[in-house]
Amino acid sequence: MTFSPELEARFAKLLKSYPPGRTRSAVVPMLLYAQDEVGCVSQELIEEVARRCGVTTLQVDEVIGYYSMLHRKPLGKYHVQVCTNIACQALGGEELYEHASRTLGLGNKEATPDGLISLEEVECMGACSWAPAIQINYDFHHLVTPERFDRLIEALRDGSYGKKAS
Amino acid sequence: MRYNEPSPLEVRVISQRFDLPNSASIDTYLANEGYVAIKKALDMTPEAIIEELKRSSLRGRGGAGFPTGMKWSFVPRNTGKPTYVICNSDESEPGTCKDRLLMENDPHQLIEGMMIAAWTIKSNKGYIFIRGEYRYLIEIVDRAIAEAYERGYLGKNLFGSGWDFDLYTHTGAGAYECGEESALLESLEGRRGVPRLKPPFPAVVGAFQSPTILNNCETFASVPVIIRNGGIWFAELGTPRNGGTRLVCVSGHVNKPGVYELPMGFPVMRLINEVCGGMRNGKKLKAVIPGGSSAPVLRAEECENLPYDYDSLAKLKTMAGSGGLVVLDEDTDIVAVALRTIKFYAHESCGWCIPCREGTTWLKKILTRFHEGGGQKSDIDLIGDLADNMLGRTFCALGDAAAMPTTGFITKFRDEFEAYLKKSQTTAPVPELVNI
Amino acid sequence: MADPVKFMVDGQHLQAPAGTLLINAAKEAGIAIPAFCYYDGISLQAACRMCLVEVEKTPKLQVACTLPVAEGMVVHTDSPQVRKARKGTLEFLLTNHPLDCPVCDKGGECELQDMVFRYGAGESRYRETKLHVDEKQWSPIVFYDAPRCILCYRCVRICGEGLGVAALGIGNRGAAAEIVPNKGDHLECDECGACIDICPVGALTSGTYRYKTRPWEMEHVGTICTHCSDGCKTTLGVRNGDIMRANNRDRSGVNDEFLCVKGRYAFDFNENPDRLTAPLVRTNGELKPVSWAIALATVAKKFSEVKAKGGTFGVIGSNHTSNEENYLLQKFARQVLGTSNIDHHRTGDVATLLDALSGRTNALAATADLYTTKAALVVDSDLAQEHPFLAYQLRANWRHHKARVYAVTPGPVREDNYGTGVRAEPGREFEALDGLRSKLAAEPELLILFGAAVKGEAIRQLVAFGDSLGIPVKYVCLVDYSNSRGASDMGVLPDLLPGYHHVSEAGLEPGMNCDQILSAPNLDVLWVVGANPLARQPLAAANAFVVVNEMFLSTETARRADVVFPAMSAYEKNGTVTNVCGDVQKLTKGAKTMGTKSDLDIIALLAKEMRADLGATTPEQVFEEIRTAVPGYQKLPFGVIETGGAAATSPLNGRVQFDPRPELIRPAGNTLFTSGTLGRFSPMLNSVIESPGALYHDPHHRPFIEKGSGQIVTVQDK
Repeated sequence: MTFSPELEARFAKLLKSYPPGRTRSAVVPMLLYAQDEVGCVSQELIEEVARRCGVTTLQVDEVIGYYSMLHRKPLGKYHVQVCTNIACQALGGEELYEHASRTLGLGNKEATPDGLISLEEVECMGACSWAPAIQINYDFHHLVTPERFDRLIEALRDGSYGKKAS
Repeated sequence: MRYNEPSPLEVRVISQRFDLPNSASIDTYLANEGYVAIKKALDMTPEAIIEELKRSSLRGRGGAGFPTGMKWSFVPRNTGKPTYVICNSDESEPGTCKDRLLMENDPHQLIEGMMIAAWTIKSNKGYIFIRGEYRYLIEIVDRAIAEAYERGYLGKNLFGSGWDFDLYTHTGAGAYECGEESALLESLEGRRGVPRLKPPFPAVVGAFQSPTILNNCETFASVPVIIRNGGIWFAELGTPRNGGTRLVCVSGHVNKPGVYELPMGFPVMRLINEVCGGMRNGKKLKAVIPGGSSAPVLRAEECENLPYDYDSLAKLKTMAGSGGLVVLDEDTDIVAVALRTIKFYAHESCGWCIPCREGTTWLKKILTRFHEGGGQKSDIDLIGDLADNMLGRTFCALGDAAAMPTTGFITKFRDEFEAYLKKSQTTAPVPELVNI
Repeated sequence: MADPVKFMVDGQHLQAPAGTLLINAAKEAGIAIPAFCYYDGISLQAACRMCLVEVEKTPKLQVACTLPVAEGMVVHTDSPQVRKARKGTLEFLLTNHPLDCPVCDKGGECELQDMVFRYGAGESRYRETKLHVDEKQWSPIVFYDAPRCILCYRCVRICGEGLGVAALGIGNRGAAAEIVPNKGDHLECDECGACIDICPVGALTSGTYRYKTRPWEMEHVGTICTHCSDGCKTTLGVRNGDIMRANNRDRSGVNDEFLCVKGRYAFDFNENPDRLTAPLVRTNGELKPVSWAIALATVAKKFSEVKAKGGTFGVIGSNHTSNEENYLLQKFARQVLGTSNIDHHRTGDVATLLDALSGRTNALAATADLYTTKAALVVDSDLAQEHPFLAYQLRANWRHHKARVYAVTPGPVREDNYGTGVRAEPGREFEALDGLRSKLAAEPELLILFGAAVKGEAIRQLVAFGDSLGIPVKYVCLVDYSNSRGASDMGVLPDLLPGYHHVSEAGLEPGMNCDQILSAPNLDVLWVVGANPLARQPLAAANAFVVVNEMFLSTETARRADVVFPAMSAYEKNGTVTNVCGDVQKLTKGAKTMGTKSDLDIIALLAKEMRADLGATTPEQVFEEIRTAVPGYQKLPFGVIETGGAAATSPLNGRVQFDPRPELIRPAGNTLFTSGTLGRFSPMLNSVIESPGALYHDPHHRPFIEKGSGQIVTVQDK
C-alpha cells in the first residue's frame, strides 16, 4: 500500500520510537493515522499494518474491534461527533444530538449519501467545562447551541469550514 | 487556550504559565523557571527526589489518589532491565478536561516532570499516552518534544550527566478502559486495552515487561514545582495528607463552568458560588458528582462545609477521583443521569470479565426501560442488587466505577426513582420475566 | 524443599507447597471451587469471577484461581457472601445466554448447566431482551454460536499457547465481545478441534458431531488413535456401534487432552459406505461376495497347495494392525507357511538405532520424557505436521518447564517460533549439528528425535554425535503410522524375529524383503494384511495368487486381489499397539461393522482351516505370549496397560544382527491432513485440507533455504 510521504515519515518515526522487537506497539497508532488518510480500516490496510508491525492479521483484527475510533467502513469526509455524556447532557447535549440527527437525517454512525457528513453520538471527549461540545473530525467546538451547530454544518456544506477550533 | 476566565481565588501553581503568550513554547517555559527543577534533580539522589515527593503529599491525579512518592519508590533498582516512564494522558473520565489544558498550554512542564521521574529510576525512554480524540494535542506535545531535543533537554548525555532520555507520544484510539494503567500498557504494546492481572504491578513489571513509573499527566506536571520549591512548600498549599493544588474541572449548571487550579481542601460550596459564579438562572443545587462520573453522587446538603480533597470525600463514601465536578440543579432528571452514566460504562466495558460485561449491559437495559416509563417497583431494588453483585467482584476498577455511582443514584435519590414509577403506571406495560 | 504453607479452608487445616494456587490447594482437599476460565496447564485469566472466595482479613472477595496460598490464610468457600457472588455471576451469564439447551450439543455435559444447577438462582429477575447474533461456520469442523459463549477464553489460549497456532482471537468489546477466527470469516488452522473440546458450553461445536446425538446416548470407549505413530488415547463416543465423536476430555493417556484433526475427526473412514462387509473371491475375473466359509476355504486350500509344492510365499504386514496381529502373522508365516518372506513398509530404522545404542542404558525416550527433558533436538522432521502430539508435548515442556528445543530441518517448522531453528540442506544435517555442538553440550541432558532421512550409517553417526556431547542423551526414531514400531518389534521383517533376534537363532534363513517380494517373478502367493504396497510398486509376478485383508476395495492392492477378507479397523478390535517412543497401549473395541473380522481372527481361522496349531489366538492370550516370549515386552506391567495406561518397552540392549537396507526406509510424509491410504476414506479429512497443507510450510514466508544452495542458516536463536 502506498501512503503520502508525510504519513510514511510518521510511520518511520513511529516504528523507531519503541524498544527493539516491539514494533507491535505501532499497531494502534498506525491504524488510526492511516485511517485518517485512507478513510477507513480496509482489509488491505489491515494486511499492510500486520506486515509492517510483524503481527498476524488476527492480531490487527482484535485491535480494530476494540477501539471505538477505528472503523472498517468509511464515514463521512466530516465526521460530526456529538457528546451526550453527563456534563454535556446537563447542558443540552442529548437535545443537540437529536437536533443533529433530525436536521442531518442521520442515525448514529450513518453518513450522508454524498459522503460529506457522518454523525456519531460519542462518549465524553474532554470538553466538560465548555459543554455541550462536539468534534468535527479532530476539531473541538465548545458551547454548541443548535443554531451554532446549523452554522457549522452550513460551513461544511459550502466549503467554508476552517481548520481552527472554536 | 484556557477556554474559561481565570478566577481570582485560584492558586496558580501548575497553571501559572497558562495565560502567558506562546505558553506552550520552550522559550516561554525557560523564561519562567522552566527546566530548573531537572537540573536540581540531577544533583539529587533518587532517594532524595522520592523523599521530596513524599513530603509534598502529592497524590495521583488520575483518580485513585495513590501517593506518588510511594509509587515511585516501588520501582526496583538494578534489575538489569530497561525502565520506562509513562504518562497517562488518556483523560476520559466523564467530567474531566484538565490534562487537555496542561498539554495544550504547558507541555514542557509535563516533559520536565517526566524527565525527573526518568532520572529517578535512570530510565532512558518515556511515552506520553494521549487519547486518540486529542489529536491536536499530539501535534502540540510533539512540537514541544522536538523543541526540547533541539535545545538539548531530551536526547543523549543530558546536561553532561551521561544519561540519555528519549520521549515519544503514543496515541490511543478510543477506549476509556485504557485509562486503567495496565490496560494502557497493553494498548501501548499494540494489543486490546484489557487490564493485566495484578500483581505484578506496573512499577515492577510494566511497559515491555520492565519496571515502569506510570502517572497521570497532572501528577507529572506537579513534579517540577515540588522539586523547585520543595515538598513541604507544596504540601502546605493543601490540607494534611492532601498536598498541593489541583486542577478542578467544574461542569454543569453553574454560571462559570471551567477548569480552575485550587488548593486541596477548597470548600465545594465556595467553588460553586464564588469561583463558578453560583448556580445558573438562580436555580437551586440538587446534586454534585464530585470526581468524575465514577464518583457516587452527593446531595446538595452533603456539600455544605465539604472541603474538596481525597480524604473528606472518602468519608462521604465518594471520591475526588479525577477532579471533575458535575454540578446539577433542581431541574435535573436523576434517572436520566443514572441512565447516561451506565450507558457510558456499558459502552466502555472491555468485556473481559463477566460481572462488568453483563452487569453494565443489564443495568443499562433496566434503566432504559425505567426511563422510558416501563419501570416497576422491584426494579429499584434490582438495580441496587445488581450493582452490589458487580461491586468488588470485577477484574478491574471499571466494574466498581459503574456500580458505585449507580448505587449512589438509587440510594441518594430513591425518591426520584419512585416518583418515576407513578408516571409509568399510566404508560408502557411492564415486560414479562424472561426465563434465564 | 521449603516448608509447606499452612492455611485453613472451610475449617479444614491444610498445607501445600508455597506458590500453590488456592483453587488447586482446595481441590487437593476435595473442596471444589467453581471456575470457568481457570484451566490447568494454560495461562491464568481471572476473567469469569466464579472462583471468588472469602479470605479473612481481606475486604473484598478474592480470586482463588490466581491467589497463592499464604501462611495462616483462613478461607471460606461456602459463606453467604460467596454463595451470593456465585449466584450473581451465573445470573449475569444467563442474561444473554440463549437457553437453547434442549437442542444444544453440550446439553447434559455443559459446565454452565452444572454450575447453575449447583450454584445458580431458582428464578429469573430478567425482563429485558437478549442479544442475538447468528451462528457462524468457520470451517467444515468449527461452528461458533456467539450468544452461547461465556468468554472464558479457553479456546483462545489452547490454540495460542497450547498449539502455538493462535488462530482464535477476541473481537469487539463489552457485551458484543466475541471470539473471532484468524481469517476474518473463517479459520485457517490445524482444525484440531481443541477449541471445541475445551469449550465449557456449546459455543464451539463440531461439524462432525453437532445435532447427531445426546451425550447420554453414547457409550464411551477409550482406545488408541489409528492414524499416526504418536499413540494418542482417544475416547470414542459410540452409539449403536457407530462412532459419533472422539475426544480425550478425561485427559487420560499419554496425550493428556491433546488430539489432532485425525484423532478427533478422522474416525469417519470407519462408517464409510464403501467399507467391505463380505469376503470377495475372484471368479471369472471378477471379485464376487462370498461367505466367510468359502473365502477361508479357498485361501487355505491355495496356501496348502503352494506350501505342498514348495512354492514361494510373500507376506506383507501392516503399520496399523495390532501387536498381537503382527506377532501372529509372522508366526503364521514362519511356522505355518514355512517362509521368511515377510516384511512391512518400514518408516524408520529402529533396528539400526537399537544396534547403535548397544551397551547404553536409558538411551530410549518414552513419550513422557518429551514433557520432562531439559532439552530436545529435532532432526529432519516437521514435527507439528508428522507427529502433532510430540510437537505439542515438546511445546508444553517449553511452556511449563522452559525446556530448550532445537530443530535442524530443511524447512521452517513450528519449533522455530520458540526454540532454536537451524535450516540445513538435506544431507548436511551433521554440519548443522556441529554448529550447535557447544550449545547442546552445555545442556544437562538431551532428547533427540530424528526423522526417516537419518537412517543406516547416519544413525550411527548421530549416536556418535550424541556420545561426543558428554551428557545423557535419549533417542526417538520417528516412525510413521499407528503401529510401525509394533510391526518392527514383532518381527514382521525378513531377517528378524520378534524382539530383534536374527532368524538364524530359530534355525531359519532370512527371507525376501518387501521390494524383493513384489519384484519376484516366481512368487506364487502374496498375502497383504492391512497395507497397500501396490500403490508404490507393481507386482511382478503376474500369476501370483493375491490375498488381501482390507477395509476397502478401492486400494491398488485390494483391486489386484484374488481374495479379499473384509477387515476390522483398529476401532473395532481389542489388542495393543506400540507408539513411536515404544510405549505400549491398549486398543479397545468400540465400533462394529457387520461382516468384518479382525486380522487376528482371520489369521487364526486360516490356521485352523489349514489344520495348523498356532497356539494362542485371542488378543489376550497372544498378548500374554508376547509378554512371555518377546524381548523388550517381557517386563510390561499388565495392569498399567489393561487399565488404559502406557507402558514403555525395554528392547534388547545388545548388537542386532540384520541386513540394514536403508533404501527400504520410506517415510510416509503425512501432513496433519493426510493419513496414507487410510486418509483417502475419511470424507472429513479431505474436506478440511488447507494451510498448512504441506510439510515445512511457512505461513510467515520467512526465507527458505533452497535445495542445493549449500546454506546452513540459524533462523531463530532463543
